[in-house]
Amino acid sequence: MSYFLLRRTIGFLATLVAVSVVVFAVMNVLPGDPALTILGLDATDDALAALRDDLGLNDPLLARYFGWVAGALVGDFGTSHSFRVPVAELIAERLPMTLSLAVAGMILTLIIALTVGIYAASHHGKPGDWITMFLSQLGIAIPAFWLSILLVLLFAVNLRWLPPGGFAGWSDPVAAMRSLVLPTVALALVQSAVLARVTRSSALEVMRQDFTRTARASGFSQRRILWRHVLPNALVPIVTIVGMQFAALVTGTIVIENVFYLPGLGRLIFQSIANRDLPTVQALVMLFAVIVVTANFVVDLLYVLIDPRLKART
Amino acid sequence: MHIQKSIQFTAFALAFGLSVTTAAAADLVIGMQQEPTSLDPTSDATASIDGMMTQNVYESLTIVSENGEVQPNLATSWEVSEDGLTYTFALTDAAQFHDGTAFDAQDVIFSFNRAMAEDSVNPSKGIFKPIDSVTALDARTVQIKLKNKDAFFLFNMGQGDSAIVASETVDTNNAKPVGTGPFKFDSWTRGDRLTLVKNPDHRDAAMVALDKVTYRFISDPAAATAAMMAEELDAFPGFPAPELLEQFEADPRFRVNLGSTEGEVILAMNNAKPPFDNIEVRRAISTAINRDEIIDGAMYGKATPIGSFYPPHGKAYVDLTDAYPTDTAKAKEMFEAAGVVGTTMTLRVPPFPYATRSAEIIQAQLSDAGIDAKVENVEWGFWIDEIYKKQNYDMTIIAHTSPNDMGNFARGPKYFYGYDDPKMTALWEEISTEVDADKRDMLLKEGQKYLSDQAVHGFLFQLPLLGVFRNEVQGYWSSAPVLYTPLKGVSKN
Repeated sequence: MSYFLLRRTIGFLATLVAVSVVVFAVMNVLPGDPALTILGLDATDDALAALRDDLGLNDPLLARYFGWVAGALVGDFGTSHSFRVPVAELIAERLPMTLSLAVAGMILTLIIALTVGIYAASHHGKPGDWITMFLSQLGIAIPAFWLSILLVLLFAVNLRWLPPGGFAGWSDPVAAMRSLVLPTVALALVQSAVLARVTRSSALEVMRQDFTRTARASGFSQRRILWRHVLPNALVPIVTIVGMQFAALVTGTIVIENVFYLPGLGRLIFQSIANRDLPTVQALVMLFAVIVVTANFVVDLLYVLIDPRLKART
Repeated sequence: MHIQKSIQFTAFALAFGLSVTTAAAADLVIGMQQEPTSLDPTSDATASIDGMMTQNVYESLTIVSENGEVQPNLATSWEVSEDGLTYTFALTDAAQFHDGTAFDAQDVIFSFNRAMAEDSVNPSKGIFKPIDSVTALDARTVQIKLKNKDAFFLFNMGQGDSAIVASETVDTNNAKPVGTGPFKFDSWTRGDRLTLVKNPDHRDAAMVALDKVTYRFISDPAAATAAMMAEELDAFPGFPAPELLEQFEADPRFRVNLGSTEGEVILAMNNAKPPFDNIEVRRAISTAINRDEIIDGAMYGKATPIGSFYPPHGKAYVDLTDAYPTDTAKAKEMFEAAGVVGTTMTLRVPPFPYATRSAEIIQAQLSDAGIDAKVENVEWGFWIDEIYKKQNYDMTIIAHTSPNDMGNFARGPKYFYGYDDPKMTALWEEISTEVDADKRDMLLKEGQKYLSDQAVHGFLFQLPLLGVFRNEVQGYWSSAPVLYTPLKGVSKN
């Protein structure tokens, strides 16, 4: 187990180093000049030179890279070129929004997918199965942004039940939750369609096994068989997909945040790339990398918990 | 007391789950597509900074009115010397900064010296170039001496780039702006909204009808439409999508405004690069393009065609849209004569709907005339570096949104036009130093005719200002001669 952890930790750090080098290189190779983007078309050459100096863009590339890494190691991610405030402050402002959305989206995804998936498996070959699987196929095919627009038109414009977008923070919890309903649904419906299909096929697999037949022969109720015997044994593939989906949810918020004009990390990274705001892009990509790698790491740990047979191998 | 009560009511309403959607009448919510990164117009060119801050939070010596006239502001009056080189400004004694500090001549001197300094990062540092010295004759009088005459000096003094800032607060203006204007900065949730409140101590406070103005940042056109329809917003003065306006025109709750901006949309050609250094090729391109088709297709008919580089609402405008009537066969002959038929021309387009849509139509029109035009969509950071700075392009489409910008054609071969014409440079020199308005207008007309004759670029249309307003909103500028819109005269009944 400890060897497993050590190996994963080294992999984790190597990934982060690789990501930092790639982002830094790409942002520097990409045509574009932060000073020019900030000062615009009428800027004079001396004003551009002064700003470049100000932003530290005249320092050698390697010095800038190692300066950034040294800062990041002690939690200083530098100052945003375009916002002119510490990057950490920008991220701290936006993280609650994106995390709230991703976590809420994940919970709703699990609720919908497990219920629908188990239902379809238990009605295998019957109309209930066909209908739910047809709907999930539809869910996979529908682009999230289009679904978002439909939800807004129905619930915000016509029915006026919920706001069409925006998020003013958690200081007003009722308003915050109302703002999150539509984006969460838009995010979760598409993701749960994928997961429901995985849940169904994995559950069907388990239902064909001997112990399920034994349980049924012992006279246990269908509900008990499904939720106590089938689901736990069907979890390994489900957890694998969930791990990947959590990463997709965090990055998928980029689209959702744009449609619902939510002040989250997705919109920030979009804007920062357009502005060639290197410190902000660098920190955000690292953050997303940490989230993705951590999600995979947690999935690996969960495997061991779910399936004790794996413990012997590690 | 009034504010206190409304806060208590809101708290009460929320506690009991009531929905508080109807804001007080004097609260205005404005949708805005572009989100600012900084709130200081003297160090960042982002247009939305001027749109929200200039002449609302910050003030300048002068202010430009909706029809483009220069009017007094922090300077209540001024005198210009006989030779046009010395401007003496009398300053108001009724202004103070929002943090309570007084406004006087020293603030003007500080602001100008900062903009003119060697390490200045002012986005329009060029407008300060003619200034020789700025001195205070007393606490209420400032004298500015110019090195050479500048016809646009008073106009430029009314821009956000020349906002008067205080030395005490200048370093934090990017996130917490402090000015002397009729509105005070209240709060900013980056990515979501920015709120201004009325400044009760302002000298014109009696003329300000709004108590509170909230800007909401919505970049997606479909989301902007939904937010207007759901009555989350009172106004979207710079509506991003002409194709979505029809539903607002049909809805009695809204008023759609079709105004003008200072933005000339051009099919820019790299005049330094063959074959665009050949005037006949440029004329052939002007002959090949059909502006009506472009305006119908790209702007849903909502734009005014231009035949040269000057806004149609301007006093000195000459209509030159008939200089090169569309004639595909003739254009083809001209291309053949110049030996460019069958060659490929690349059209590198920035990510603005007016540009990407126009590009596709122009591509088809050029192809009809025998030119294989390739469209490359590039993002803004790329455009501004590769095309604008490094001149690495054949053709592009861009709106020039600055006022009085015919001088672009006198910026020499290093400017991205690659256009170097001593005659135009001399003409602009004359225009920019001619202080007599009538004589200047004559010269501007001459300039328009010359640029059209030289077919320097394909001149397409004037970028419209498309706005959607709820009927209750009155007094918002319908056209934009500058990048800002004063909220002083805006009301909501």
